[in-house]
Amino acid sequence: MEITNDAIDKLAHLARLEFNGADKESIKQDLTQITAFCEKLNEIDTTGVEPLIYMSTETNILRDDIIVEEITHAEALKNAPKKDSDYFRVPKFLDK
Amino acid sequence: MADYKQYKQQVLSGETTVVRTVQDFLAKAIQQKHLNAFIELWGEESLMRAAQIDLQIAEGKGGKLAGMVIALKDNICYKGHSVTNSSKILKGFESLYSSTVVERIIAEGAVIIGRCNCDEFAMGASNETSAYGPVLNARDNTRVPGGSSGGCTVAVQAGMCHAALGSDTGGSIRQPAAFCGQVGFKPSYGRVSRWGLLSYGSSFDQIGPITSNIYDCALLMEVISGTDGKDATASSNKVEDYTDLQASNKPLRFAYLDTCLNNKGLDEELRTQSFAIFEQLKALGHTVETVEFPYLDYLVPAYYVLTTAEASSNLSRYQGLTYGYRTEEKGDLDSLFKKSRSEGFGREVKRRIMLGTFVLTSDFYDAYYTKAQKVRRLIQESTEKILESYDFIITPTTPSTAFKFGEKTKDPVAMYLADIFTVQANLSGHPAISIPAGVHSNGMPWGIQLMGKQFGEKKLFSFSEELSKIVSP
Repeated sequence: MEITNDAIDKLAHLARLEFNGADKESIKQDLTQITAFCEKLNEIDTTGVEPLIYMSTETNILRDDIIVEEITHAEALKNAPKKDSDYFRVPKFLDK
Repeated sequence: MADYKQYKQQVLSGETTVVRTVQDFLAKAIQQKHLNAFIELWGEESLMRAAQIDLQIAEGKGGKLAGMVIALKDNICYKGHSVTNSSKILKGFESLYSSTVVERIIAEGAVIIGRCNCDEFAMGASNETSAYGPVLNARDNTRVPGGSSGGCTVAVQAGMCHAALGSDTGGSIRQPAAFCGQVGFKPSYGRVSRWGLLSYGSSFDQIGPITSNIYDCALLMEVISGTDGKDATASSNKVEDYTDLQASNKPLRFAYLDTCLNNKGLDEELRTQSFAIFEQLKALGHTVETVEFPYLDYLVPAYYVLTTAEASSNLSRYQGLTYGYRTEEKGDLDSLFKKSRSEGFGREVKRRIMLGTFVLTSDFYDAYYTKAQKVRRLIQESTEKILESYDFIITPTTPSTAFKFGEKTKDPVAMYLADIFTVQANLSGHPAISIPAGVHSNGMPWGIQLMGKQFGEKKLFSFSEELSKIVSP
């Protein structure tokens, strides 16, 4: 199917990605080509076939609900690109 | 290379030590740095660990993998060590915990030597999408090693470790194993815990070994398999003694897919050689028959719809806030997410996130995503049906030997088709192995793939051992 610029903008927003200029043209072409490739699936008659969703053969795998400290506060912050002593830092997103 | 049994014997007899072995591997890795197999070597740490294992062995202790030197793909977590999935978005990230497979191999005495290059987020068939640059095939440096576990496979191929743990979502262990003349195994879905594996397509991903021989592969599977409280999809099926490689001596039944062997994309020489192997099997009293499998051309499309959908969801966690790369540009929260992700992810990863997002939008969900799930059921049922009347499905692992750098990078669909014979096992959940089948007249190795019944690992390994003796170059 033909993928439009508008469709790319909408998808990019949903995926939290940005494409500009030549990148946008190229992702548009790629998606057009790949969706055409995937449309081949329509050749198969799947009337009455249930979608296969779960691959696991295990059912009702339960465990006791025990409180464990998996990681500490300091560990949780360790890999953050911006942080203060207690929190992840984010840009201001509420207006006063 | 000698298998672990022989190596262990050499350590016990004093012919070598684990320390000396690690030193040799490290030296080879440094000497062959141009192959770009390792992103990071944990030299000092692995030598200290080796010294401890030498002591344990001397005291008559030491586990099932005592002294086995193992490399990890850069998507398997190891506490206190970097793991980046060969992506800029995770550069500098250090894991807070270990994957279940790492805990299990360490408990049995393995020495972890470093982490290996791969396609970014395991998305690729040539190891060309890595943020650290491509890995070179040690056999011919102008050719790709395959992917996505390219670094792991070259590390084993070039003698930089005994074995490696990779991950296989659509062929990422078996395809490079075939391209580099090694053994690669994709377990039954659920056989190995995925805890601590950076997720790509969660209903496809499995961790598995890459080794130089069948015994080591079976041994590693014995150690890493089994139920796990941290992964509800890890199977409670009993883990059998995979290293008991005794041949059954019973005639076996092999199915080959006519659509695969007579595929126009299959290299002519690989076709001829495959049929020659079938004749050898028949001469040994086995049955080799062609079966109908009408879905070959639909495997890769179904695979891409489903894995990209899962990836678009799994990779939403990389947002530039709690960990990973964060843009320098100023802006609001949404723009922080968008800029960090756009600057941090490479081209192929973005392409797959976009396709996955597309097939999950309400307008196209049924037409693409649900449709592919239905086709997946037909593929699984058809594969299951074949394996009801046959022990194994046998095919070449790949349609060609290792291709040249840049050969397929311009056309995503051509690259995706490199997985055509391997994705079936991931779509259906069956176990599959690639074993070295010989050398093509172009000088490159190729692999033969066996797919077995669900949780039929034991039988797969024991027959692979027999087959490897038949086809050994």
